[in-house]
Amino acid sequence: MANKSRLHIPRPTARPGDEPDFSYLDLSPAGAVDKPSVAARVRDIEYLSSGLVRVLDEDHTAKGPWNPDLDPEKLQIALRWMLLNRVFDKRMWQIQRQGRISFYMEALGEEAISIAQGMALRHGDMCFPSYRNQGLFMYRGMKLVDMMCQCLSNTRDMCKGRQLPIMYHSKSGNVFSISGNLATQYPHAVGWAMASAIKGEDNIAASWVGDGSTAEADFHHALTFAAIYQAPVILNVVNNQWAISSFQGTAGGDRRAFAARGLGLGIPGIRVDGNDLLAVYSVTVWAADRARRGGGPTLIEHVTYRGGAHSTSDDPSKYRPKDEWEHFPLGDPIERLKQHLINEGHWSDAKHDALVDELTDEVLAAWKEAQKYGTMNEGPFLNPETMFDDVYADPPRRLESQRRRMLEIEQNGGEQ
Amino acid sequence: MAQMNMIEAIRSAMDVTMNRDPSVVVLGQDVGYFGGVFRCTDGLQRKYGEHRVIDAPISEGGIIGTAIGMGVNGLRPVAEIQFADYIYPGFDQIVSELAKLRYRSAGDFFSPVTIRTPCGGGIRGGQTHSQSPEGIFTHVSGIKTIMPSNPYDAKGLLIAAIESDDPVVFFEPKRIYNGPFDGDPDRPAVSWASHPKGEVPEGHYTVPIGLAEVVQPGSALTIITYGTLVHVAVAAAKTAGVDAEVIDVRSLSPLDETTLTDSVKKTGRCLIAHEATRFGGYGAELAAIIQKNCFYHLEAPVSRVAGWDTPYPHAFEWQYFPGKKRMVAGIRRVMETAA
Repeated sequence: MANKSRLHIPRPTARPGDEPDFSYLDLSPAGAVDKPSVAARVRDIEYLSSGLVRVLDEDHTAKGPWNPDLDPEKLQIALRWMLLNRVFDKRMWQIQRQGRISFYMEALGEEAISIAQGMALRHGDMCFPSYRNQGLFMYRGMKLVDMMCQCLSNTRDMCKGRQLPIMYHSKSGNVFSISGNLATQYPHAVGWAMASAIKGEDNIAASWVGDGSTAEADFHHALTFAAIYQAPVILNVVNNQWAISSFQGTAGGDRRAFAARGLGLGIPGIRVDGNDLLAVYSVTVWAADRARRGGGPTLIEHVTYRGGAHSTSDDPSKYRPKDEWEHFPLGDPIERLKQHLINEGHWSDAKHDALVDELTDEVLAAWKEAQKYGTMNEGPFLNPETMFDDVYADPPRRLESQRRRMLEIEQNGGEQ
Repeated sequence: MAQMNMIEAIRSAMDVTMNRDPSVVVLGQDVGYFGGVFRCTDGLQRKYGEHRVIDAPISEGGIIGTAIGMGVNGLRPVAEIQFADYIYPGFDQIVSELAKLRYRSAGDFFSPVTIRTPCGGGIRGGQTHSQSPEGIFTHVSGIKTIMPSNPYDAKGLLIAAIESDDPVVFFEPKRIYNGPFDGDPDRPAVSWASHPKGEVPEGHYTVPIGLAEVVQPGSALTIITYGTLVHVAVAAAKTAGVDAEVIDVRSLSPLDETTLTDSVKKTGRCLIAHEATRFGGYGAELAAIIQKNCFYHLEAPVSRVAGWDTPYPHAFEWQYFPGKKRMVAGIRRVMETAA
């Protein structure tokens, strides 16, 4: 040790022009991590926060105690949802590049998380998503055309033109409204889960943040309350290695796995291969079961990689190697499930290509329909009067007079 | 009717609503077993149980954040922030989430949280137990901001707040928890027993949100104020020998512009008073409204009495607090200006 203090400045292992280097990732072989009973004591299962739960092996077989043994039909359905997410994102990205929506965020490389967890939770369980959970909305029944209309802020926009594209919500699907403020939804999930227990119901809550947002106070508030009251909640950290240009070490990931963030509070943590649909499904079922039996919260860290830019406003080639994703040791979640199904004799390249074509057509048809409800440049347009609605259940008079004033100005330049 | 101080009235409001509606829950630091540092929740946990009156950790952001989630799941949470000075760790949750949830989800989601918090000075609390941050909250679209000045209004407004589907920040001026205060620290404390607003119905009633009250009619000057300074204004007008109309705003947002405007049109003179710092304060909004609505009726510039633009000093409480002397001086200033 040196005889004076010094700062550690976290640095990623590779910047543009460097060889990608994922040697910092601790990996476990598929099937290597034991699966405890859901009733296990936290101190006996600390190993789950440092290992890596994996089911899908390099040879495309499913291995070990966490293998959920899902029917091939279910896996084909899962593959379909992941592909839909990817095809949708690809199309919406192009649409943004054509200037037809203002902004977009894709989930490239992270699709397994939303789909596997959507499958593992019950419909009555409430989801408090982050901005890369569009797969959850899809899985929970939101129509593509409705998602597109939200991105267009058109007359069918569920948000009535009030939110940036991708900030969806689904009351009927039990998916909460996405906020642009990061990690704020984490304590909401805990409060929702506490209310569920207070009411004597067995629905649980789940929420998602990125590795970067674990540094927010709300992350810690949520964990603290979840631990104190043993709230039936699943708290997910999607560690996709990058928070815009800040690699996960900038949020403290160099020191210890994010899955271990709850251990000091007595919250079990599971570190899972986020690109392995079977593993994500399996750990989520475990955590949900534990929560429903009064076992309290679980923190799940999904080790994955942000395959694309942070958003359409971002250019990752400025801060990370262009080919980094290709070297990511946990691969691509869609490719891995596809190869597994092929290996088991339940899928083929031809079927896969046909499915991609089918989904591409489905997305295209939805886009055609969405534009009928208005685009950024062509009507029908939302009535600007509606901007004064929904501020309050019981609106103050001043909003009514401001609405009238706005209309006067729109109609005659505010004369009279 | 019963005799209640503000603490008892506030407790009664929670008791009445919890008794009527099983979805009402209370959470905050020390609110459960102990009954709150100001005793506002005393006995509620014994009566309604630990699942409905929840002792929370020292985490204002966590209290408000989880309360929002409870509200989304059908509960009607009443969160106590022990001092308004400590509300700031929860500020992002109030401004970015609680206030905007209904709007951003086009009415699909909302959370009917009421945040109760003691505010104001005159209790030797120094800068961390004396602040009046109401103007920070009135500036936020999507929340209602209330500050009662007596037990009757406190109970009626708190019941209305809890039953409202809109989020409410409910400020309780702690100097007047136990009795009205005329702004003269050298006089002995008085209780609510001799004040007409200390008579409070034991059962359910509401004071509608959005209505100001003319506390004392008058013809020479309108004093627009709220909270502790309502009592200071009444006393100061008497000392100054001025026939002042004193208006208690009560509901800061939504604001009852009509009552304020009608009064100033009648008197032609207006003094606005609050404990909070002056610059950019809530009084500036009131002054702008009066100026616009009453310009041709004004016989003197609209004037303000407010806290100095410094943090709240411990040693100089009575130089800082806009008490009776400052209020009398403010009244004279407005009265002596010729049109």
